[in-house]
Formats: sequence, structure tokens, C-alpha cells
Amino acid sequence: MMPEPPLALLAELTHRCPLQCPYCSNPVDLERAKGEMTTPQWLRAIAEAAELGCMQIHFSGGEPTVRRDLEELVAGAAAAGLYTNLITSGVLLDGARIHALRNAGLEHVQLSFQDSTAEIGDRIGGYAGGHAKKLTAAALVREAGLPLTANFVVHRQNAHHLDAMIAMAVTMGAQRVEIANVQYYGWALKNRAALMPSRAQLAAMVALVEDLRERLNGVIVIDFVTPDYYARRPKACMGGWGRRFLNISPSGDVLPCHAAQSITGMAFDNVRQRPLRDIWQSSDAFQAFRGTGWMPEPCRSCDRKEVDWGGCRCQAFAITGDAAQADPACALSEHHDLLVSTAEHEAEAATSSFVYRRYGNAH
Amino acid sequence: MRERMILDKTAVPRLAPHMRLRFDHARAVWAVQAPERAFLLDEAAHAILSRCDGKTAIAAVIDDLCRHFADAPPDVIEKDVLALLQDFADKGVVAA
Repeated sequence: MMPEPPLALLAELTHRCPLQCPYCSNPVDLERAKGEMTTPQWLRAIAEAAELGCMQIHFSGGEPTVRRDLEELVAGAAAAGLYTNLITSGVLLDGARIHALRNAGLEHVQLSFQDSTAEIGDRIGGYAGGHAKKLTAAALVREAGLPLTANFVVHRQNAHHLDAMIAMAVTMGAQRVEIANVQYYGWALKNRAALMPSRAQLAAMVALVEDLRERLNGVIVIDFVTPDYYARRPKACMGGWGRRFLNISPSGDVLPCHAAQSITGMAFDNVRQRPLRDIWQSSDAFQAFRGTGWMPEPCRSCDRKEVDWGGCRCQAFAITGDAAQADPACALSEHHDLLVSTAEHEAEAATSSFVYRRYGNAH
Repeated sequence: MRERMILDKTAVPRLAPHMRLRFDHARAVWAVQAPERAFLLDEAAHAILSRCDGKTAIAAVIDDLCRHFADAPPDVIEKDVLALLQDFADKGVVAA
């Protein structure tokens, strides 16, 4: 059966970034600038994604604004009919760049923050002065008339600032705020003991988000990504493998999710060598965990198998060594108790120091 | 700070800035593109949203829909229109 077309393309234009967040979703083996696709190669990939049925494109990285051809790529995406979103740290943006991007057809900006305070934010990002630059960037985005989403990644070291983060998003004029608990693979797995929240912190966050969602209904949309180590059922990661999203790495590797390269031994096709439609519809990587046919027990007989699609393949691999296992975030997984006890143990860890995300820190 | 907008029949709704209503050929459905999300519309939702032009009050949208869907009870149409538009206003899709 032919798979449905993807909804969105995550275009990771580069892995270069001035920030060094210890939970970065990029792979531990970061790609270098010299391996990045050229402007014409990206434009062709974007056109293929639109032709395949993608409705949205998220320009991401690394820090996508380090690419001087970003305006050209945005214009190409807009011309192909895609809804264009820029996911940025904001530290390299100035007024002229924002206007150039808007004039090229940019429709939305998602700006990341590491905390509500400069002190903690700059320490987590590993970039002095970053927080202040982000606040300036937020104001420039709003002045340019572009809609804004504020993104905060939350963990043990900043969870107590959740109230202030959401207030900050409202004040800066964001229409939407994304509160995302760290997902533990790649860099975040290296830093798990310094990041894992406690159960009490999670309960406080959930209660606060529920309360604020009610009080701020119609003012700001609050999206909350829960930390699934404490969950009973896994998240529908990526809306199911090969069902909604595709990701293109800086060098053109086409991935079912941004962390898929953490599954060692899995091979990915490259959009420079094979048509994107072909990769989406029939490549080994996309077919591997698409649908439900690959599932072992307890997923196979589960009435939620088309709700959560077995959860996260990368997490299954990180914890069990086998990407085809049920996500250990599920209470039905035989590895679930290990996951919970690991979380509870690491939440008590005394460490707060990080292995920062940078080229020299991979191994 | 923005305040929640409560819609009644006198409100004149329009698509909020940066929302795009378009026909998606790959799926053969109408869709609204919003920041970080896409709403695929069924026939009723498209009939309502496509009439929100920033000039027509909700009361007139309801009247027009009642003429168009003469089989449906007007009170049901009115209830559905107000509920759908309030939901889309809360999600930032519709402004007035």
C-alpha cells in the first residue's frame, strides 16, 4: 500500500551553531560545513518535498541563519507553495535580516530560549549575552509583523521558572509557546543525569500548564511536551514513523526523524542520489518501522498501536539496544521499570555540569 | 497583552494574519496553514471559514449557510457556526 504523503519537511540546513545546548537534538556526530548541500541542491530538495505533498517547511539546524542563502531557500519554498517557518536561536538576527526573510516569504518564526533569566539561559546555551540577543530578536520579529512562537526546553535546572517563561512569552507578543521537556537521545542522553527532572517537578509543571491553559485561553496557545520517562504510555513519536514528517540533514540524508541517526546500523538514502518521492515511499529506512507490521509484542496485540505507533524508535534503541522493541516509556514494556528507576535515580544526582554540544565533544 | 476574543453574531470574522486557506492537491482537501500546524477542513468547516471575509457579520454568514444547506435546521447551523468560529478564534486562526 502506498504511504500517505508527508505533512512537513524539517530542513536541517547546517549543524553549525553559536550555541552549545547540552540537549541539542542534532546527532552527536555533527556534520561539517564542507559537507553541506549547496543552494541549488537544497532548492531542488525543497521543490521535490512540495511536489510529494509536504505542506510546511521548517528551516532548522544547527542555526539556519548561518547560511547566507537562507533568503533564497525561503523564497524557493514559498514559490513552491509551502508554509515557511524558521526555527532559530535568534542570536544572529538583526532587523535587516528579518525584513529580508519576511520579504522572501517567511511566514512564522520559532525562537528558542534556554530559560526566563539571562543567568541560567546563558549558562545552558554556553553563549554569553545570548539571552539578551534573543529578547531583541523577539522584538524585531514582532516589529516586522511576523507571528512568533517562543520555545523553552525544560529540565531539572530550569523547571522552577516555568511560570516566568510563559509570562515572558505573553509579554513578548508570542501567539504560541512551546514548553518541551528534554527528550533523551544523542547529546541529551550524555547529559541526562544533569537534566532529568524529579517526579515532583513534573507534577508541578503539569498542574501549572493546566491552570495557565485555562486562564490564558485565547491569549496564547501552550503546547507542552511531557518527559516520557515518567509516562505510562509512550508518545506518538513523529506521529508515527514515516507517516507525517521527513527530515533532511545538512548533507542531504533523508531521515524519518531528526534523531534517527542515533540508531546505529541503519542506512539512510541521500536526496542528491535518489528522488525524494522514492525515498519516502520505498526506502528501507522509511519502511522499517512504518505502520504496524513490524511490531512485536506487547505492541502487536495492543489496542493503542495505531494511537502511539509503538512510541519512539530511537528511545527503544537507546535503552534496549533494539530499535524494534516497544518504547520503554510504555508501562507494558519489560524495560519500563528500568527506565523509571533510572529517571528517579538520576533526578537525585548531584551533578549540574554539562558536556556541551560542540564538534570536539562527541566522544 | 492580548485578551481572549468572545464571538457573537454581530462579530465580523476574518482569517487571522498569516493564516492561509488553500486547497491541498496532494490530499484533495481544503486546509488552513497556521504556525506549526495545519488544520484539514471538512466540507462544513470550509463552508464556514470561506465566508469569513472581514466584511460579513456572523449573522449573515449563518443566513447564507441556511440558504445553502436548506435541509439542516437553522438553530443547529447557528450553534455549529458559533462553536467552530470560537474554537478557531481561541486557536488564533480567526480574528474579528
